[in-house]
Amino acid sequence: MLNRLMQSRLRGVMVLALILIILPAFLGNPFHYELVTQMAIIAATVVGLNLLVGYAGQISLGHAGFFGLGAYFTGIATGTYGWPSVPALLVGAVVVGIIAWVVGRPILRLKGHYLSMATLAVGFIIAIILNNERALTGGPDGMPVPAFEVFGWELSTFGQYSLFGLQIEGFQAWYIFASVVLLVAVWFALNLIESPIGRALRSVHGSEVAARVVGVNTAKYKSLVFVISAVYASLMGSLYAHFQGFITPAVASFEFSILFITMVVLGGMGSTFGVILGAVVLKLLPQVLADFQELETVMFGLILMLTMIFMPKGLLPTLTAVVSTKLGKKKAGGAA
Amino acid sequence: MFSEFLQYLFTGVTIGATYALIALGFTLIYNASHVINFAQGEFLMIGGMATVSLTAMGVPMILAVVLAVVLAGILGILLQRFAIAPAKQADVVTLIIITIGASIFIRGIAQIVWGKEYHVMQNFTSDEPIQVFGAVLNSQSLWVLGIGAVLVVALVLFFTRTLIGKAILATSMNKEAARLVGIRTQMVLMLAFMVSALLGSVAGIVVAPITFTSYDIGIILGLKGFVAAAIGGLGSGLGAVVGGLLLGVVEAMSAGYLSSDYKDAVAFSMILLVLFFLPRGLFGAKVVERV
Repeated sequence: MLNRLMQSRLRGVMVLALILIILPAFLGNPFHYELVTQMAIIAATVVGLNLLVGYAGQISLGHAGFFGLGAYFTGIATGTYGWPSVPALLVGAVVVGIIAWVVGRPILRLKGHYLSMATLAVGFIIAIILNNERALTGGPDGMPVPAFEVFGWELSTFGQYSLFGLQIEGFQAWYIFASVVLLVAVWFALNLIESPIGRALRSVHGSEVAARVVGVNTAKYKSLVFVISAVYASLMGSLYAHFQGFITPAVASFEFSILFITMVVLGGMGSTFGVILGAVVLKLLPQVLADFQELETVMFGLILMLTMIFMPKGLLPTLTAVVSTKLGKKKAGGAA
Repeated sequence: MFSEFLQYLFTGVTIGATYALIALGFTLIYNASHVINFAQGEFLMIGGMATVSLTAMGVPMILAVVLAVVLAGILGILLQRFAIAPAKQADVVTLIIITIGASIFIRGIAQIVWGKEYHVMQNFTSDEPIQVFGAVLNSQSLWVLGIGAVLVVALVLFFTRTLIGKAILATSMNKEAARLVGIRTQMVLMLAFMVSALLGSVAGIVVAPITFTSYDIGIILGLKGFVAAAIGGLGSGLGAVVGGLLLGVVEAMSAGYLSSDYKDAVAFSMILLVLFFLPRGLFGAKVVERV
């Protein structure tokens, strides 16, 4: 039953929407809202990365580079040059898309470890540039980013807004905004997967040679999905920059790239809702482990290792499999 | 002019030799199990940190080095036994994340045991620098190069002259066939991780007096070693040595003549260039994909 629920595109999105609507009942203070908003933005990024990793089967260990480029494009365009938020966000996404296309063409010919090495290198180079171009980016100290703003209407975490006659705080408004963004990101990804492009991508994952033999232009589809996932990262990076109000080169770091790919693998490669779960778990874990202070890093590493060893397919696919076999057994028992 | 060049060359070859040893560790594990071990850098950290703290406790230097190397070796075996072996049929990405998890775990423990500070290790012999044609050579550099060379020769002998070495080679070529002729492949994999850990820890110890050491030194050193291995061509021993030295020299030259801010970017640009034009690195085997 759970399986069928997940298979249906619309139902999946509706379940996610329902969760996002109910969630505020459990959120006590601004800090909770901040955490969940971050989660939604990161989750949307990871949904994009999953298109590349989970469906096309290509590894990227440098995706934070694109996230960081988006964040800094927004930061510099709106902060230093006074652009409005939306054009900055869109132009940034186009620029990052072009960069991803240019870099992607030669890189995506590589496979396995060589591809992971090359993407890692791209991410590193971007992070190093952001760190060193102090005049533009403020260097390692980072730079402030103005609030998100459309036609003079500003979305700030400190603001006060009224929505359908309801008085809401800025951090709540951001939560609603981020939730809508996540839903749109998921909806777009699910539709892409079910489109002819998605089928072509899955054929690349299955066997690239076989796909080429039956006439799929594998190089074209691989660069296309690389660009799409980079654009996802850039857009979310821009929003993240606005939401945080301050960015440092850490948003483009290797650690961040690893976090992204880990969310995909931990949640379940190729499962859009799985990777959202992965993002939630990995954003929550440091909060839960914060009580252990010194042990935080050790526990994080240990949990990472153990889940990957015992659930190599990822959390959600493993859980769904367990639940559906249990349900299946019950049904079989009831029938007999 | 010349002395400047010589100075950069010394720096480059010294750090390059370290990269080469790390890259050899990667190569060994990659050949035996097709795993890229992202925890490789942690073996260097363990080697350096354990030696520093043992000598601080009053253990004689030589004994401290031996103990540190043994500790790293045990760690290598544990890593294979408890993290890699149980995840037999995992994807490439899953295995990468398991080794990343392992490296975070090891780093976390090191942070608890040794704290976050930088630790200084004494030069093995004199602190007096050696003057060569106007350039200054740290005496420790000679140790790095000497021990590096000895290790490379030892590895070559190990793989060509001993039965165990040949068993590792056989396993890396064809695991099934190796098992059929009676090689205990699980044992061989464990051995490969152990030897790789030994190499890493020795590299970490000899280079510690030059670079200092701290709990998080393994990340960047490990990555540079990975770059060196990929430049040379994953799986090639000769490639690892050439890749390491090349990376070290290019890095030192560009830091000296161009910009030290972009020193690390050089390594990563180099790997991109190499992979664009030689998708299997300099000495990587031409592999025909089976469909």
